[in-house]
Amino acid sequence: MQSPFRLIAILLVLSAGVTVFALQDPPAQPPQQQSEIQLEITGQAGAPPRYAVPDFAALSGDAETTEAAKTIGQVLWDDLAFEREFYMIPRNLYASIPQARTEADVPWDQWRELGADGLVLGTVRKDGAGLRIEVRLINVRSRQVVFAREYSGSAGNPRAYAHTIADEIHQHQRALRGVARTKLTFASDRDREKILTTVEDRDVKEIYISDYDGANQRRITVNRTLSITPTWAPDGRSIAYTSYVRGFPTIFISYIYEGRREEPAGRGTQNWLPAWSPDGTKIAFTSNRDGNPELYVMNRDGSGLRRLTNHPAIDTTPTWSPTGTQIAFTSDRAGGPAIYIIGADGLNLRRISPGSNCDRPTWSPAPFNEIAFVCRTGPGYDVMIYDFASGDVRQITFGEGSNESPSYAPNGRHLAFTSTRAGRVQVFTVGRDGRNVRQITHVGNNYTPDWSR
Amino acid sequence: MIPTGAARRATLVLLVLMAVTAGACAKKEPPVARPAPPPPPGSADATRPPSPPEPVPEPEGVPPVPVTEDDIGSRSLDDINRDSPLRPVFFALDQHEIDAEGQRVLQHNAEVLRRYPTWQITIEGHCDERGTAEYNLALGERRALAARNYLVSLGISADRIRTVSYGKEFPFDPGHNEEAWAKNRRAHFVVTAK
Repeated sequence: MQSPFRLIAILLVLSAGVTVFALQDPPAQPPQQQSEIQLEITGQAGAPPRYAVPDFAALSGDAETTEAAKTIGQVLWDDLAFEREFYMIPRNLYASIPQARTEADVPWDQWRELGADGLVLGTVRKDGAGLRIEVRLINVRSRQVVFAREYSGSAGNPRAYAHTIADEIHQHQRALRGVARTKLTFASDRDREKILTTVEDRDVKEIYISDYDGANQRRITVNRTLSITPTWAPDGRSIAYTSYVRGFPTIFISYIYEGRREEPAGRGTQNWLPAWSPDGTKIAFTSNRDGNPELYVMNRDGSGLRRLTNHPAIDTTPTWSPTGTQIAFTSDRAGGPAIYIIGADGLNLRRISPGSNCDRPTWSPAPFNEIAFVCRTGPGYDVMIYDFASGDVRQITFGEGSNESPSYAPNGRHLAFTSTRAGRVQVFTVGRDGRNVRQITHVGNNYTPDWSR
Repeated sequence: MIPTGAARRATLVLLVLMAVTAGACAKKEPPVARPAPPPPPGSADATRPPSPPEPVPEPEGVPPVPVTEDDIGSRSLDDINRDSPLRPVFFALDQHEIDAEGQRVLQHNAEVLRRYPTWQITIEGHCDERGTAEYNLALGERRALAARNYLVSLGISADRIRTVSYGKEFPFDPGHNEEAWAKNRRAHFVVTAK
C-alpha cells in the first residue's frame, strides 16, 4: 500500500512544488476499495454531484501546519470548481460544521442537510521537516470512502498537494485529465526596468511562469531586453521564446530548471514566434531569412531546417495540429491577415477564417477538434473558435476590452488569453464555452500566454 | 506551385529595380507605389496621415543648408540618435507601402547618409496597438524592409542598413487615440556606428 504514495512523495520532494505537473497519475485504485462499492459519486436526478471541501484538519499544532491545512482546502475547492464537473458548495455555508478528523467524527446529518453528495475529508500533519497529508473522498449517502490517498513531502508549497489531489479526483471520478498541476508562461513588463541601449524610453519584458491559477508567479529570464512569445516544450522542462538579446528577434530555448539556454535557429538570422510540435522534436517559427516573413520548421537542435511557405505576403504565427501533421498560421496573402491551414509537408493549403484581421491560431488538443484565434471585431479583438466538424466559427469573448493571444489548456477545455478589460493588458483564463473567466495577472502588462502540456 | 529560391531572388532584384523609379513595395499586388495607396476602407480613412502628423521630436533642422559636419559628425551616437537628422517614416493603418510623403523623408535621409558615408543604421519597424502582438512583429518587419529597399533604390548600400521589427512593443506615443496611433506606425532610424 505504501509504494505508490512513496513514489509521489519522492517526486514531490524532488520537484519542490515546481514540476509537479509532469507527474503522471498512478492508475492504482485505493487498496481498501471492494469491487461492489459504487466508486462514482452521483448527484440527484441528473444534477451534477454536490461537493463540499472543508478545511483540512491540522493534526500538528504549529503555525505552518495550520496554515497548510487551510490552504489545501481552499485551493482544492478552487481546483475542483475550475473544471465545472461538480457543483461546489460555497465554503462559507459549512464554516460552522464541526471539523472531523476521521470518518467516525463526521456529523453526517449536517452534511446531508446541506445537500452534499461528496465530502472531502483531509488531514495535515507535520512529518520531520515536511508534511504528511491524508485525504478521503466520501459518498455522503452511503458513508463509503470511494477514494483515499496519502502524500508526504516538502512543506514549501502546500498548493501543490491540493493540485495533485484535484487532478486525481477528476481522473478517478470523471476519467478527466484535470489541469491543476499545469503551468502558464507569459511575457511581462512588471519590473519597470528600462532597456539601457536605446535613447527612447523602453520597458524591458521578461518571461514569467505561474501555476495555472496564477499562483507562484516567477521570472525566469534576466535578459534586460525584449523577451516575448514564450511556449512550453511538451515535456515541461524548457520554454522556447523570442529574444532581442542580439538586437533583433531570435529564438532561445531556456531549460528553466537547469539554468542553460540554446539558440537553435542559427546566428545572424531573424527568427520569432516558436511553436513546438506535439512530440517536442520540432519547432515551427517565422523568419525573414529569405527576405520576407515566412514559416520554417527545424528540429529542436536547429538541424533539418525546412521552409514551409513561399509567398510574397506575410506568413506567421504557426500552431501544430495535435497529430503534428498540419500547421495553422496567419497570412495576409488575400488582403488582411487571415487564418490558414497547411500540411506539415507544405501541401494542401486552405483558409479557415471567414473574415480578415485575424491572428494567433491555436489548435486544441483532443478530444476537441477546433482552432481558436482572434479577429478584429470593433476597436479591438475577440476570441473565435473554428469547429472542424461543422465548419462553424463561434465567438467566446464579446468586446470586453481587446482580447488577444489565446492558448489552449492541455485538456482542451480552457484557454488562456490576454485582455485589456481590467485596464492594462492582463492574462485571463476562460472555458471553451466562454464562461468562467478568471484573471491570472494583476501587475504591469502581461502578454502572449502559453499553457503547458 | 511556388517560385524557386532563384526565381524569388530574381523577383526581388526586379522589385528593387522598379523601386528606382517608383518606390517599391514588396506585396503581391503589382508594386505601384506612386500615388499613395488608397486608404483602407472604414475607420482607417481618418487615421491615414495625409501629411503625417509631425513627429513630436522632429528636429528643427536639417534644412536645405545642412548642419555642418562638426555639428553632427562629432557627436556621440547617443546624442545623434537623441536629436537625429534621420527622420521617421509613417505608415497608414495595416499598410507597409511608402507613400509620397514617406518617399520625401527617405530622400532626405538618403542625403544625410551620403553626407556621412561611414554611418551604419538600423531601421526599426513599429506598429500601432490595433494590430495583434504576433502579426505586428511581421508587419513591422515589412515596414522596415520597405524603407530599406527604398533607401537602397536611392543608392545607399544595403550593407549599411539592418532592419528589426518591434511590432507594437515600443509605442512612441503611449496614447490610445488616432493621433498616437499615427505616430506609432513608423520606421524609426537608429545610427549604430559612425
